[in-house]
Amino acid sequence: MTKVTMIVNGKSRSAEAEGRTLLVDWLREGLRLTGTHVGCDTTQCGACIVHLNGEPVKACSVLAQEVDGAEVTTIEGIAGADGTLSAVQQAFQDYHGLQCGFCTPGMVMAATSLLRENPRPSEAEVRHYLEGNICRCTGYHNIVKAVMAASGQDVPAVAAE
Amino acid sequence: MPKDTGIGASPKRREDVRFLTGKGRYTDDINLAGQAHVVFLRSDVAHGRITSIDTGAAEAMEGVIRVFTGEDFAEVGGIPCGWQITSIDGSVMQEPKHPVLAHGKVRHVGDPIAAVVAETRDQAKDACEAIEVEIESLPAVIDMKAAVKPGAPKVHDELAGNLCYDWGLVQENKEAVDRAISAAAHVTTLELVNNRLIANPMEPRVAVGDYTSHDDHSTLYTTSQNPHVIRLLMGAFVLGIPEHKLRVVAPDVGGGFGTKIFHYAEEAFCTFAAKALERPVKWTSSRSEAFMSDAHGRDHVTKIELALDAEHNFTALRTETYANMGAYLSTFAPSVPTWLHGTLMAGNYKTPLIYVNVKAVFTNTVPVDAYRGAGRPEATFQLERVVDKAARELGVDPVELRRKNFITEFPYATPVAVEYDTGDYHATMDKLLELIDRDGFPARRAGSEARGKLRGLGINSYIEACGIAPSHLVGQLGARAGLYESATVRVNATGGLVVMTGSHSHGQGHETSFPQVVADMIGIPEDQVEIVHGDTDKVPMGMGTYGSRSLAVGGSAIYRATEKVIAKAKKIAAHIMEASDEDIELKDGKFTVAGTDKSVAWGDVTLAAYVPHNYPLEDIEPGLEETAFYDPNNFTYPSGAYACEVEVDPETGKVEVLAFAAADDFGNVVNPMIVEGQVHGGLAQGIGQALLESCAYDADGQLLSASYMDYAMPRAHDFPMFAVDSSCRTPCTHNPLGVKGCGEAGAIGSPPSVVNAVIDALASGGHDVGHIDMPLTPARVWHAMHGGTPNQRAAQPAAHSEETTHDRSVAGAATNV
Repeated sequence: MTKVTMIVNGKSRSAEAEGRTLLVDWLREGLRLTGTHVGCDTTQCGACIVHLNGEPVKACSVLAQEVDGAEVTTIEGIAGADGTLSAVQQAFQDYHGLQCGFCTPGMVMAATSLLRENPRPSEAEVRHYLEGNICRCTGYHNIVKAVMAASGQDVPAVAAE
Repeated sequence: MPKDTGIGASPKRREDVRFLTGKGRYTDDINLAGQAHVVFLRSDVAHGRITSIDTGAAEAMEGVIRVFTGEDFAEVGGIPCGWQITSIDGSVMQEPKHPVLAHGKVRHVGDPIAAVVAETRDQAKDACEAIEVEIESLPAVIDMKAAVKPGAPKVHDELAGNLCYDWGLVQENKEAVDRAISAAAHVTTLELVNNRLIANPMEPRVAVGDYTSHDDHSTLYTTSQNPHVIRLLMGAFVLGIPEHKLRVVAPDVGGGFGTKIFHYAEEAFCTFAAKALERPVKWTSSRSEAFMSDAHGRDHVTKIELALDAEHNFTALRTETYANMGAYLSTFAPSVPTWLHGTLMAGNYKTPLIYVNVKAVFTNTVPVDAYRGAGRPEATFQLERVVDKAARELGVDPVELRRKNFITEFPYATPVAVEYDTGDYHATMDKLLELIDRDGFPARRAGSEARGKLRGLGINSYIEACGIAPSHLVGQLGARAGLYESATVRVNATGGLVVMTGSHSHGQGHETSFPQVVADMIGIPEDQVEIVHGDTDKVPMGMGTYGSRSLAVGGSAIYRATEKVIAKAKKIAAHIMEASDEDIELKDGKFTVAGTDKSVAWGDVTLAAYVPHNYPLEDIEPGLEETAFYDPNNFTYPSGAYACEVEVDPETGKVEVLAFAAADDFGNVVNPMIVEGQVHGGLAQGIGQALLESCAYDADGQLLSASYMDYAMPRAHDFPMFAVDSSCRTPCTHNPLGVKGCGEAGAIGSPPSVVNAVIDALASGGHDVGHIDMPLTPARVWHAMHGGTPNQRAAQPAAHSEETTHDRSVAGAATNV
């Protein structure tokens, strides 16, 4: 076991890690930041996406010891300090972009990165960017709408009435 | 104007904020003091005899607390089945024991053999690898038709064979159906496979068992759609724990889609081990483990024959289905191909004579049970495919053939044992045609052809039976449970309400929609109503969420309990205002006396209920809390019409879904936003079944599609935006809300639309292929056009039937990676 320290959501945090401990397990078990989820074991589903030094990564594909000293943002660090939801989080609620909520942290982290890289993506660009995030509930329809809306583009209102 | 509150409004979901900020509390987020971890050693062969298990080396490893094997469960019951089917000959189904840990034999890849409990999950994993198991491999039965041939290897040595039951509906009609088919002007025959699927909720299953010796109390935290049912099944039938000593909690659950209905061995193990070790024991499924231990869905092989007269009226329908049960009977498995499938074979049509035969078969595969739609997608797929094929054979418009045979008068008693209360199938078809611009299709097709593509339009109707179910009826049909729902409405002194419901939300948004109903009835803000669910110590009783029953059955229980609350509150208000009970009206959170200007606020009445100074104590007790059990007197029958427009690349066989439209009749709608979201999700699963998803086994019973690298989960780029509409409304006549249920419709109605569209596209290119089995991978479509069979690793699904299927492949990698 080795002590690993990172700046997590703006604060210095430390916890033990074995050589094989994954970043996602270090966050969930070591720091009890359970908002980052594990949905698969082949780096396919994207439920574990966090921002590592500003880049979106699947935290199940990174060893904690490898990124000792890094800066990490998790879903718990996305809303404002006063609890105000970010534009992406708010759009997910406004457009019903989540149902069971399990894939949602990864979706929000991925969508936040997308809009940093491409502030006004097309529908096709949103769908392509989210290829590494699996949702089983929404059929992606309202997720795509939410991301488009969060970028400030006109999107038809949720629900016909 | 859209409403902004109450029934019919789309308020933002209150549960969203915790999910969006990482504060959801799923079972894997629960960690108890002193918790140990269990990892299961699972069989890597489909069928074999366990000759020895040596756990010595594993037990000596660091951190290992104890290793359990099947021997440790000798005094414990098996995992029970909740439904008993009676065969045509009057015999009851064969029902093998399903041990918590395999004992004597392993019967599918993934069957748990041993369980290591250790201080950490990694230590348990390491120790699992040190267990030495010797298994004498036996021939596996994977193909259903081969499994029921004489001399086939038996999955269960103690059973007479691999046939679980041979069921007919309605047996008395069989000869009349046979005669009508022999005498028909035209008979369309179709043999098809309903492909085996894996539900794949994004949250893998988790169980945490806990035990407190001071009060001899067990607690199980689990990823379940129905914690009360788990309490009953596990307590009464497996571990012998009375309900008052057992608490089951299903907190936030990350999707279910059916596969989290059932009672699983891992739940029983963790509860059992926590007591044996007097320590909390936690199990978290990996995704690979989920593929080989979550109950699978579908897997039917069917022959269907539709008879028509010279005027194209449907005169008779006959089906024969082989339904895979897997190696053991999961909780609801026997009911899915029978009462949830056979009873739907009338569809939207007035076919006078129908006979359904179902043979359920044991194989060396993971148990198969309900998956979103459960039996109804299988019924809808074969019926809507055979109707489309008939239209093509007869050279008539597929929409007009359907319209000609639509049921138009209600109530309508079908020849397969159910009575539809309401519906308007022409209305949803009209709405659909409006949504899809059918008239513009020829021009769109010409545009595709100019680009070298084949364009197709597939249209179909569907009906389903939801709101499961009338207890007296399902009791006659073999259910070993009642299927009512309960609700307790507790009004606090200060006027707020707590609604304790037996329904369970795992994505459906009950915390938002149920308060809309209650607040609307009383006329108070929705934030005055709190929903409590998912905990057997907080909610008195519940049958849970499946079969699109939460609002139709659970919501009706809430409605009835709220009615009782209002009736009592009116008595209190009458006393305060010195008026007669009958003259009291409740509106906008205020009680008034009819014809006067007297009024008393909701909060004053609720306060009086708990501070009964001025109170009719001689007539009623203090307090304001009521419970209702609602038992429906019929199923509900949502229906609709769906259309899919595709483009096929004739060079590669790749299918692209360009448009999908759904016109549904769900009766009354409480929250249109949530309803639309449910349809979107259902469509994605149905289109996924049609184009991408397939659970594949090889001939030896190895599960080939056991990760997201191999099982093609639909991604965002696989779909267009959907056009969905639920404005056609024929309210349910027998529940107080007039609602029908919307959770499964999308998954039921969409697979035939996709396949019909591809067949239509191919036909436009001169390829009259009749049928292609799902999933319609590029290889299958290409070979359907150009001949030959797909050459893809020789993988066969469990449903493989030599008479009916093409060669199989592991669907997906080609389209999804």
